[in-house]
Amino acid sequence: MTDLLDRKLLFVTGKGGVGKSTVAAALALLAAERGKRTLVCEFDAKGNLADFFESGPTRFQPREVAAGLFAMSMDPEESLKEYLTLQLRLPLMARIGPLARIFEFVATAAPGVREILTVGKVVWEVREARWDLVVVDASATGHIVGQLTAPQAINELVQVGAIRQQTDWLVDILSDPVRTGLVIVATPEEMPVNETIELAERLENETVVDLAAVVVNRVLPELFGRAEEEVFDRLAGGAELNDALAADAAPIVEGARLAVTLRRSRAEHLDHLRDSLPSDLPLLYLPYLFVRSHGMRSTRQAAAALGAELGY
Amino acid sequence: MEQLFAAKEIVISCGSGGVGKTTTAAALAAMAATRVGGRVLVLTVDPARRLANALGLEGFGNVEKPVPASAFAEVGVAPRGELWAAMLDTKQSWDNLVQRHAPDALTAQRILDNPLYQNVSGRFVQSHDYIAMERLFEIHTGGQYDLIVVDTPPTRNALDLLEAPQRMAEFFSSRFLRLLIAPYRSKLINMASRPFYQVADRILGSQFLQDIAEFFILFQTMYAGFVQRAEAVDRLLHDKRTTFIVVSTLEAAPLHEAEFFVDALSDKRFHLGAVVLNKVLPAYLLEAGAAVVAERLVKDAAPIAAEVAPRAGCAEDLVERVLTEMGENFLRFQLVAQREAEQRSELAVSPEVVATVPYFESDIYDLGGLLKLGEQIWS
Ligand SMILES: Nc1ncnc2c1ncn2[C@@H]1O[C@H](COP(=O)(O)OP(=O)(O)OP(=O)(O)O)[C@@H](O)[C@H]1O
Ligand SMILES: [Mg+2]
Repeated sequence: MTDLLDRKLLFVTGKGGVGKSTVAAALALLAAERGKRTLVCEFDAKGNLADFFESGPTRFQPREVAAGLFAMSMDPEESLKEYLTLQLRLPLMARIGPLARIFEFVATAAPGVREILTVGKVVWEVREARWDLVVVDASATGHIVGQLTAPQAINELVQVGAIRQQTDWLVDILSDPVRTGLVIVATPEEMPVNETIELAERLENETVVDLAAVVVNRVLPELFGRAEEEVFDRLAGGAELNDALAADAAPIVEGARLAVTLRRSRAEHLDHLRDSLPSDLPLLYLPYLFVRSHGMRSTRQAAAALGAELGY
Repeated sequence: MEQLFAAKEIVISCGSGGVGKTTTAAALAAMAATRVGGRVLVLTVDPARRLANALGLEGFGNVEKPVPASAFAEVGVAPRGELWAAMLDTKQSWDNLVQRHAPDALTAQRILDNPLYQNVSGRFVQSHDYIAMERLFEIHTGGQYDLIVVDTPPTRNALDLLEAPQRMAEFFSSRFLRLLIAPYRSKLINMASRPFYQVADRILGSQFLQDIAEFFILFQTMYAGFVQRAEAVDRLLHDKRTTFIVVSTLEAAPLHEAEFFVDALSDKRFHLGAVVLNKVLPAYLLEAGAAVVAERLVKDAAPIAAEVAPRAGCAEDLVERVLTEMGENFLRFQLVAQREAEQRSELAVSPEVVATVPYFESDIYDLGGLLKLGEQIWS
């Protein structure tokens, strides 16, 4: 199997709020640190990817946010304009005002138009070989399949027209596991785990894209082994600790109990996830980052943790 | 909270994805059925499987179902009223809407069969948001329930939810939509003479353009009905019997979204019933004295272990490891708890509407769990 970061295009998806942007940012930073010229693209224009690099807002034009790492955010309208000028060579048309607004209606009604402009842009970047790696902070699980199957949808609906001619090379790149892969981010909780399992099945059945890895995010550390846990229970039940400290240790005991229970209830979900995914699929664990705030520093930590998981 | 629920007929639970909106809505409905009484319906969007199970919703779409009295009896509760539950099936609701507003059965069928319909019904003008509100309107008008608690789909932008009915109406009266379908309505306008159509034609092909136009022309037959309905839905949301509950965790992004939503509610003159802060870490994590103790445990684990181990009858090296872990663990969680407390203090919402729900260590998957959570919000 191809090394994750040796692919050219990685889509990162997952349920809302599980850490897609965190993981996309970390993978991109890791790649850049390893000398790859990397583009990270956020599909959600209202997203917060920029926060993870503390770089100020991202735009359609890629901007360097760290050495060798460029960030951009998707804008289907900009993508349409770029497509019209670069590929159809219609420089003037692209500036016609109503076009953009009518585009809104067409894209609303016509399946695949918006999607193909979104996915098409990042695949185009790969095709043009401008980058060693393109990481996509993609849409949540609910939308990703629709986006990845847009070329097929377009093929079925549009019989002629320029947009149809694009679908061949798009499918070529998307379906090549050497170049393209998808990463699902999940937290060890009920809903994210279920969505991950469902998405893995849908990817297999409905799309041409290869599932490259699942990142399990916010994994809590294991505090105690079996022997330690016995000792903990003993100490928690007695007065010895309070006596020795001449202080109240109850909050610390409760804190430890909280961590143990949380980890345990999450372990069940994790087992379910592991059992339900193909056994040869890499699972990468990203620990819960106990940090004061989230920014470049925590992105570096996440990158380092993922790097360790990948054996770097 | 009890007053609020006794006075209102509609409670809408909103917030970012993953904050516990669905669970909160279900918990509040269960509490209302238990304490206030009457017929209470919870309309949920996407419940976790075990929650759906707990509410007896497995395998049911748009149909409302009573939560069996035995489910309450099992957890030793005798509710004053009845709890009903229904799931929102967006596709089904859209189909119903089309059937209701189409001028005749044939047109309805042509719309439902149009290849573009699926796509439109799945997405346009935040259709999930709209359809949730639309369905609420339908149920409310039916007059079967004393209280309806609605869970909403996750929104990127909270405003989408509030503006959905209005936008729906605007979409169908838009000038651009008319421009798009004009050439297909009247042969007088020569398509090829307009630059837009030239471009669109090159990209999409004229056949496809025609499909789109046809679809909109069909859809426009429902225009009047849609707009009227959207306006009625909007009025209902503004009605004084309706209130909104904003759910959030103390994480930066959801909280930011929640604040934005609270502002939007007041700007647009909707009623804010409560802000529910969910998954809040326990207060003991913030104790300053405890931090000092935790630091001592980390730094002096060895001497403390030497003192404790013989008295507790445990191996000293094990005790030392346990003490270090306990101390470090406390300090880690304290960092997060402090960050959350800061976020909370910055929350510009009057405190009397804020309810806090602790982080439950295990998942909530039955009525007992829901009521436990509900009690936290209630008090
Ligand atoms: N491993 C982790 N440890 C601690 N906090 C984390 C971790 N991963 C993510 N977070 C925090 O959780 C929050 C949500 O993460 P993020 O923005 O990456 O999620 P997302 O999946 O991109 O969300 P959305 O669906 O809204 O785009 C952020 O505040 C982030 O800093
Ligand atoms: Mg994100």
